[in-house]
Amino acid sequence: MSEIIKDELVPHVAKVISVRTDTNDVKTFGVVGIDGGIMFDHRPGQCAMVSIPGVGEAMFSITSSPTNNQFKEFSIKRCGILTEAIHQLEVGDEITVRGPYGKPFPVDDAFAKKNLLFIAGGIGIAPLRSVINYVRANRDNYGHVDVLYGARSSGDLVDYEEMTKEWANDKDFNVYVTIDRPEDSWGGHVGFVPAYLKELAFDNNRTAVICGPPIMIKFVLQGLIEMGFDKTQVYTTLELKMKCGIGKCGRCNIGSKFVCKDGPVFRCDEIDELPNEY
Amino acid sequence: MKKLALSNLNSLYNAINDKMKLYLPIENNGAVNFGEYSDGANVNLNKMTIKSAKDAFFPQCEDLSNFKKEGKHIIVEQGELVSENFVIFGVRACDVRAFHILDTVFLEGYLDTFYEARRKHGIVISLSCNKPEESCFCSNFGIDPAEPKGDVESYITDGYMYFNPVTQKGAEFMAQFDSLFENSDDKAVKELQVKIGDIVGKLPLSNLPLNEFGGDKLDALFNRPEWQGLSESCIGCGTCTYVCPTCQCYDVKDYKTNTGVKRFRCWDSCMRKDFTMMAHGTNRPSHLQRFRQRFMHKLVYHPANHNGEFSCVGCGRCVAKCPVSMNIVKVMKTLGGNK
Repeated sequence: MSEIIKDELVPHVAKVISVRTDTNDVKTFGVVGIDGGIMFDHRPGQCAMVSIPGVGEAMFSITSSPTNNQFKEFSIKRCGILTEAIHQLEVGDEITVRGPYGKPFPVDDAFAKKNLLFIAGGIGIAPLRSVINYVRANRDNYGHVDVLYGARSSGDLVDYEEMTKEWANDKDFNVYVTIDRPEDSWGGHVGFVPAYLKELAFDNNRTAVICGPPIMIKFVLQGLIEMGFDKTQVYTTLELKMKCGIGKCGRCNIGSKFVCKDGPVFRCDEIDELPNEY
Repeated sequence: MKKLALSNLNSLYNAINDKMKLYLPIENNGAVNFGEYSDGANVNLNKMTIKSAKDAFFPQCEDLSNFKKEGKHIIVEQGELVSENFVIFGVRACDVRAFHILDTVFLEGYLDTFYEARRKHGIVISLSCNKPEESCFCSNFGIDPAEPKGDVESYITDGYMYFNPVTQKGAEFMAQFDSLFENSDDKAVKELQVKIGDIVGKLPLSNLPLNEFGGDKLDALFNRPEWQGLSESCIGCGTCTYVCPTCQCYDVKDYKTNTGVKRFRCWDSCMRKDFTMMAHGTNRPSHLQRFRQRFMHKLVYHPANHNGEFSCVGCGRCVAKCPVSMNIVKVMKTLGGNK
């Protein structure tokens, strides 16, 4: 007779309640538990293992804010076997979810009362959106907020509507959007994120949060250091292959850290102590 | 201490086997490995098993969950947890220590209930190593092959097998078979232990440069040029991982059955090329990086997270089985400067 205890590796059934097409290869899925609830509480920056049984299971950041108490959202880029299958999901389809996993951003301590600078590229906006909406919901606890977001083209911008129509209208809140190459119908900024960052010339009286492709993170971090930021003021999230999500299967191990449980959020001075294998 | 004539061992095996599953070293075509006992099995307690005893608690493959689809609905069932006692018999001191290392991985932090259920129901009968082999180096890690621990320690000498309960679980186990045993003093065992101690002292690998390794040695070791030459001889076959009692990395996979989907986990090796492969690439693309990962994990990363304890027990299986004679001892000697 099998016992009732559910192992952490055994997932829970969840249901897709909304599908939003953001770009050619990114969709955002609204998900609830089988009872219609939010499944679990999470903190901004945390992730969950999402699976289509028979296809696979992988870690995705939860892009909705913990202040959304009706459903969780996952913004997922189509880039492999599982994400291809996830992109075929329709409203009403069931999947499995387990989590939340990982160390969140220190939104209630290190970030409190600070000016915040969010810098994201492409799908890298997904984990930051959770923090940004958490900050917006607790506005009095933070200083000025700037969001710098870039993508390859205007068609690759995720959450564009929300950031330009909602975030940009908030008090003490600026949104800067850029695309890599000029387009006829684009009236906004053109250029890579690290270059735009230098143009914007932020002072270093703020905490920076970066997420995007590794090459963008590298040059943005370099830019921030040149602008007088200390690595202890800069946070990012790492992404490595994961199977268990709970620090045992060994895949996301770098140095003495397991990205699934000791990360994915790291302060940049903590990353310096890891071997360069991420 | 109790004893039993070696000629009566089969009666003990059969008595245990009547009550619960019994796993012990069985010889098949010259190869000795832990297997399930049945009457007439070719038990061989004299040879080190090729694979370690870790299957007892962390099997090479095990089902985690089953999924069934009813219309649009997914039904999830947890894979079965072991719920009956079993015995793993004839476990050497190195493998017993390895269980404790696996405990720190699977029982600390998030609890692995599959492993926990096996640990709870498994009774470990250890056996001293009367003739530690030249490939053995357990004493480097403070392991005494003459005091193998577990739930019950056993010793073979003088035509008898001697048994000494170590834990409460071991004492309760022995009580069930009390009528088979004779009472004994520990004179013969003490003599055997002295003999074993003499052999251990003379083993060629009993003095490895352990001080050069540990949780604080990342910077000292990671970029050492010697990794190049060391990794070049490795053919990446993964044998070391599969015979290793402490290698804990696993894969999780799904397969479709007639009625749904089964999700299982199985041993994996961090030295495999696809181990860290994601849709956008791998963070350890070179063979050197993957080779280094396995040894750094055992000698630096694991100790950093577990109070300095190395995740090697010196069983020597990788030394004996690597087809190109590359192993953790060579790595330690090369990097530790004791060539």
